[in-house]
Amino acid sequence: MSSPRSITVATLAKDIRLEWRSRDAINSMLFFSLLVVVIFSFSFDPNAEESREIAGGLIWVAFLFAAVVALNQTWARELRNQVLDAYRVSPAPASALFVAKALGNFLLVSLLEALMAPLFMIFYNLRVLGPAWQLIPVAILGTWALVVNGTFFAAMSLRTRSREIMLPLLLFPISIPAVQSMVEATRIILAGDASARFWIVLLLTYDVVFTTACLALFETILQAE
Amino acid sequence: MKRAFPILAVLTALLLGYATYQALVVAPTERTMGDVQRIFYYHVPSAWTAFLLFFVNFLASLQYLATANPSAKRVINWVVIAIAVVGAVAPYIPQVQKQLPEGLYPSSVATTAVMIAVLYFLVGKFFIERSLDVLAVTAAEVGVIFCSIVLVTGPLWARPVWGIWWTWDLRLTLTLVLWLIYVSYLVLRRFSDSAQTPKLAAVLAIFGALDVPLVYFSIWFFRTQHPQPVIGGGGSIDPRMLHILLMNWLAFSCFAFLVCWLRYRLEIMQRDLHEAQALEALLGDGLPPSSARTGSPINRTPSGTGTA
Amino acid sequence: MNSIKFLYAAYIATWLIHGLYLGSLARRYSRLRREMKDSDKGR
Repeated sequence: MSSPRSITVATLAKDIRLEWRSRDAINSMLFFSLLVVVIFSFSFDPNAEESREIAGGLIWVAFLFAAVVALNQTWARELRNQVLDAYRVSPAPASALFVAKALGNFLLVSLLEALMAPLFMIFYNLRVLGPAWQLIPVAILGTWALVVNGTFFAAMSLRTRSREIMLPLLLFPISIPAVQSMVEATRIILAGDASARFWIVLLLTYDVVFTTACLALFETILQAE
Repeated sequence: MKRAFPILAVLTALLLGYATYQALVVAPTERTMGDVQRIFYYHVPSAWTAFLLFFVNFLASLQYLATANPSAKRVINWVVIAIAVVGAVAPYIPQVQKQLPEGLYPSSVATTAVMIAVLYFLVGKFFIERSLDVLAVTAAEVGVIFCSIVLVTGPLWARPVWGIWWTWDLRLTLTLVLWLIYVSYLVLRRFSDSAQTPKLAAVLAIFGALDVPLVYFSIWFFRTQHPQPVIGGGGSIDPRMLHILLMNWLAFSCFAFLVCWLRYRLEIMQRDLHEAQALEALLGDGLPPSSARTGSPINRTPSGTGTA
Repeated sequence: MNSIKFLYAAYIATWLIHGLYLGSLARRYSRLRREMKDSDKGR
């Protein structure tokens, strides 16, 4: 009855329902993402040649900031209602809760990216010279890389002072290889002059390694709060 | 044990002085780089020391998490033994030997693999539970100090010799990333007031260790795509310089050991005091808790790091 | 040679950083001693 999968699905469905009912949080995040794109466009105003070189970096830095905003509220509801205590006591595997949270964040951040990416294409007059379909695995793997560690570190930061700043402080150093892979892959696909295969494989490796680590160690973190 | 410290401190100071003298005066002047190259005698030993300390932190964190989980501990023990055995034997197999990069001797690989296992079991033997955590925070803090020195002396050496302050090459970037990871580790320890901070920090150390090979590969490939300026001496080294380099390494290792000893003792004393105060507040002795005059002990956790 | 300044800067920086750290350790030790004395006095 309470298999890990059904718990995951139930938790995820509940989160989506609750978020949908109070769309304020999502709306403000969407607006924040828009603002980030506009500010970047003012700050880095390149002609077409240069924009392709740095667009990969700009897009993912913007996504990173939007992701941090989204991740910071991951556990807020659970914290308010002492849900975490209930999970600690229940026989449900902690990893089910983690997967549900991570998937929920993944959907939320993907939604933000879906808004920001076309805006970037417009403001920077970007054309994809390489195989555009490759941007999809890059986006999926890259977003998951940020979200899986972000959800985990958000849980770790729960009982710290300055919780909001703690999350990016922990997340950014660990994410360096992933961010480099996303940026390089995007740059290569936009410029179309080389193969992004290595970076996509590295992103996949990063995702596998850290998803495993998060699943294995989430129980430890949960008990620690 | 305590009386040994002043003697060791004096010996280390003498050793450091002698090693510095050797580096600044006795060492031959490098042909192309000039006297500035002498920074290398401080820069390289600091790097080796920092990486060793970070590695000790990783081992201590691993052991700390393993003590809570006996079955995991057995698995990890066997994995470490496997690493030692494979690492000791594999480099001597001809097919594997061909794969080794230039200048990397099979004996170095074998020794490193065995030393990793020896270090792991030594740490487990001499440090248990709480002391593992104290070892972890000590190694992390002193490691960050040495790593900061690497990051400061590196650009100071690179600028006059190669004309640039920084480049995204393998060693420098890895050093920077390690520094960032361990600074975030120290920030977590300072900002986290939970009694389970040691466990959280240990998990972060594991994540950091998992990250390092990924960082290595990403930089390695990045450099093949974007050729970066090469800084840092490659190739063979004058034996006189090697001798002085090793002497400086010995001196700084002794120095690091003493600093760790100081830090370790400080942490143990702090935790003992806080535990005693907490116990006193809990049990009471008829008098108002002494700590009421200095502040409530309840707010101080037994596992926090020392505050500056 | 101008570049010798970098050599001095590096060696000085090294001992400055070590010195600052040892100084902070000393400060923490003295604060700990004070706390221990207060704790003993109160008992």
